[in-house]
Amino acid sequence: MSTLATVATFAQNTVELEAADFKNSQAATGAGLAYGLAAIGPGIGIGYLVGQSVQAMARQPEAAGMVRTTMFLGIAFTEALALIGFVVFILLKFA
Amino acid sequence: MGEAVLTRLDGPAPETAVARDMVKRAVLVAPVMIAVCGLIWGVGGALSTAYAIVLVLANFLLAAGLLAWTARISLGLMMGTALFGYLVRLGLIFLAVWLVKDTWWVTWVPLGLTIIVTHLGLLFWEMRYVSASLAFPGLKPAPVPPASAKES
Repeated sequence: MSTLATVATFAQNTVELEAADFKNSQAATGAGLAYGLAAIGPGIGIGYLVGQSVQAMARQPEAAGMVRTTMFLGIAFTEALALIGFVVFILLKFA
Repeated sequence: MGEAVLTRLDGPAPETAVARDMVKRAVLVAPVMIAVCGLIWGVGGALSTAYAIVLVLANFLLAAGLLAWTARISLGLMMGTALFGYLVRLGLIFLAVWLVKDTWWVTWVPLGLTIIVTHLGLLFWEMRYVSASLAFPGLKPAPVPPASAKES
């Protein structure tokens, strides 16, 4: 009878541990998805932005200073989206 | 198009000027932000806020430095650096946060909030000045002539 109780306790502990592991793995997956998906959009945006800026500078080298200034600000604004994703990631993962 | 992309840009780099302006403004605002977060979250909050401000400023300076450096070599390299630099800088920010994650002073909420608020706040602040100088180019200071032109 005591063997049966031991087995039952062991099974219950295993199920609890598995549930905790499952929850942790889901949280890690969610955090990773938040960071990864948040980085895709800005990556596309920065590529487009810089490509168009280089084209503008090649066409009008005299306007390069103005284009570079706005390009840098554009890159930084686009990057803010990725940073927001990163902050969501650290809050989900560590907080 | 191939030759155009290989064109290099000479002259003063506007990115570094913009980044330097942002750092100057951040130095003015940082003590207030650190004090406010310190009042709300304690010493850990203040230190986390200071760390987040340093991260954001280092990110700006690194981006500007890389773009300015590669623009002097070629536009193609600048384009590549803008894209891969983005990935590398994201990785560096992650590494910087990962390295301090187990320290006693890290408080996640002020750290995350400060990263977003500082980044966007400094950008909007700088954008006001940049948009003004683009709209009214006559207000810009005259460019400094090179040393050889001064002598002749």
